[in-house]
Amino acid sequence: MPEVTKLIHKYLRHDKKFPHVWCPGCGTGIILGALIRAIDRIGYEKDEVVLISGIGCSGRLPVYVDFNTLHTTHGRALTFATGVKLAKPSLKVIVIMGDGDAVAIGGNHFIHAARRNIDVAAIIVNNSTYGMTGGQYSPTTPYGMRSTTTVYSNIEQDFKISELAVTAGAVFVGRGTVYHAKLLDDLMEKAFLKPGFSVVEVVSHCHVQYGRQNRLGSAVEMMEWQRDHAVPVEKALKMKPEELKDKILIGVLVDKELPVYQDEYEKIRERAKRATGG
Amino acid sequence: MLLQGNEAIVEGALRAGCRFFAGYPITPATEISEVLSVRLPQVEGTFIQMEDEIASLGAVIGASLAGVKSMTATSGPGFSLMQENLGFAIIAEVPCVIVNVMRGGPSTGLPTFPSQSDVMQSRWGTHGDHPIIVLSASTVRECYEITIRAFNLSEKFRTPAIVLIDEVVAHMREKIVLSDDSDDEEVKIFNRVKPTMPPEWYIPYEDTPSGVPPMANFGEGYRYHVTGLTHDIRGFPTSRQDEIGPFIARLHRKISSHFSEIQTAEFFETEDAEMTVVAYGCVARSAKRAVIEARGKGIKVGLLKLITIWPFMRSAVEKVLQTSKILIVPEMNMGQISREVKRVNRGIAKVYTLNKVDGTIITPPEILNRMMEVA
Repeated sequence: MPEVTKLIHKYLRHDKKFPHVWCPGCGTGIILGALIRAIDRIGYEKDEVVLISGIGCSGRLPVYVDFNTLHTTHGRALTFATGVKLAKPSLKVIVIMGDGDAVAIGGNHFIHAARRNIDVAAIIVNNSTYGMTGGQYSPTTPYGMRSTTTVYSNIEQDFKISELAVTAGAVFVGRGTVYHAKLLDDLMEKAFLKPGFSVVEVVSHCHVQYGRQNRLGSAVEMMEWQRDHAVPVEKALKMKPEELKDKILIGVLVDKELPVYQDEYEKIRERAKRATGG
Repeated sequence: MLLQGNEAIVEGALRAGCRFFAGYPITPATEISEVLSVRLPQVEGTFIQMEDEIASLGAVIGASLAGVKSMTATSGPGFSLMQENLGFAIIAEVPCVIVNVMRGGPSTGLPTFPSQSDVMQSRWGTHGDHPIIVLSASTVRECYEITIRAFNLSEKFRTPAIVLIDEVVAHMREKIVLSDDSDDEEVKIFNRVKPTMPPEWYIPYEDTPSGVPPMANFGEGYRYHVTGLTHDIRGFPTSRQDEIGPFIARLHRKISSHFSEIQTAEFFETEDAEMTVVAYGCVARSAKRAVIEARGKGIKVGLLKLITIWPFMRSAVEKVLQTSKILIVPEMNMGQISREVKRVNRGIAKVYTLNKVDGTIITPPEILNRMMEVA
């Protein structure tokens, strides 16, 4: 068994009934691999990691790994994460969501978790579709694309998840693609280590639903599209707006410092105790 | 000490060991948030105001999984939003307490007027077959006691417990003595049973004689999976018939085999009563006054005051049916508990309703008049 596979196996739950639910060629497995490698590099104990998900293909990710795992309701993963983190700040809380999960049904929770600067890392698998329910359009389906609920064409504009996270106040925002697996390892490591609300958006593909309906080819062809359309943020600075029109910026979009909720709340506790003379 | 019902709920929660509260402002429950935002940080607890009621209950469940007793408080519109995560807490067996200070509905309804119209929502509001524990109060002291009991029952049976009161009781001020005597049965504290076996032996959703498996908190060495999907005894999603059936049956059995611990009611002048009023919340106060006045007129009438609303206390109704030929069920709704009373009655006595949905309380004379009408 190669080293990299051994590493993954160290973190998998072997009493869980494999095979997993993802389709052959899905990008979610690559994201799980990056998550495990980042955790291993940092050296977190399995006991101190809480991995929380919502609903959909990404929602099934925690069940396979040997951490404290919590598969919540659709869109609400960040609210559960807020409770876990504030109740026991020593825990490392990581949330995995899909695009529908994070910015459709869970959009409100997403912007408020960012605004509050809850010390949670959010990984968002953005495959531009509701895959598990059969390929309906999501808030990140681009204008003009087809889905089972936009058979005549999508007339809505799509959310840019990372830019939304920046605007909402996230202290760390990184974007990668499943093609750029090594970049994902780095972005996740940085996000996990960052105090405060950090976001890693991973552009992934759903060749089975979204890809097939829009004739985008196999998983490999969709990953080649990611390779050809991704531009590192440093490089983009030297490019003209028209050159960047259909490009995806990858790398670290924001890395800044803001007071972290749990540290601020500790100050509130001190003030409250002083007020009672305690 | 002079407290209002909402403040007594805060005292009960703190006494029970509640150290996490997440909520969203809503009349007439807001005082609970306001007071806890001051009190919780004084005792190493956490208060957070979330973006909505869905988020509030999500945070409460998360905090409970991390090992901290947690609560939220709301009114009808917020309680509607909480139904989603209420179901999650039931299927994932996470202890937590939800206070619903009822106001008139449907929808935004009557924000500052009392009502008892969420009785059925508290029973059946979330989808799927599920048991539920709902407690009610008609005095400020009872607000204190049932909040402690709600925490105890939720910890003991690993299930959410609902404190269902009306706006009158929430905002009414009464004298109350807060007992912190640990021998006092009413204020004894129960904490969830944790696993003691080595982590590799721990089966998080295993059946036990009580039907309640021990609960490991996150970060204490017992790594397991928590999900809202129907799951096997290890917590992993299942679609096997031989696992789904026993799981759902256990969720019900852990409550139905402990009715005697969960259900309480008060009997007033019922021993020889030929007519009994069945009431709860602020209406039980009016009913008690009406019973006293009717007794003065020589009418043999009693009061059954329900404190446990759900699971419905069949045994209490059966007890008053031994002497009573007439039951009167006054409620500030179109008739919700009266349906349950009729179901238990099965034609033995005549069951009369007295319903009021105009945002005002049911008064003692109104109940007395009803007694005269049907006697």
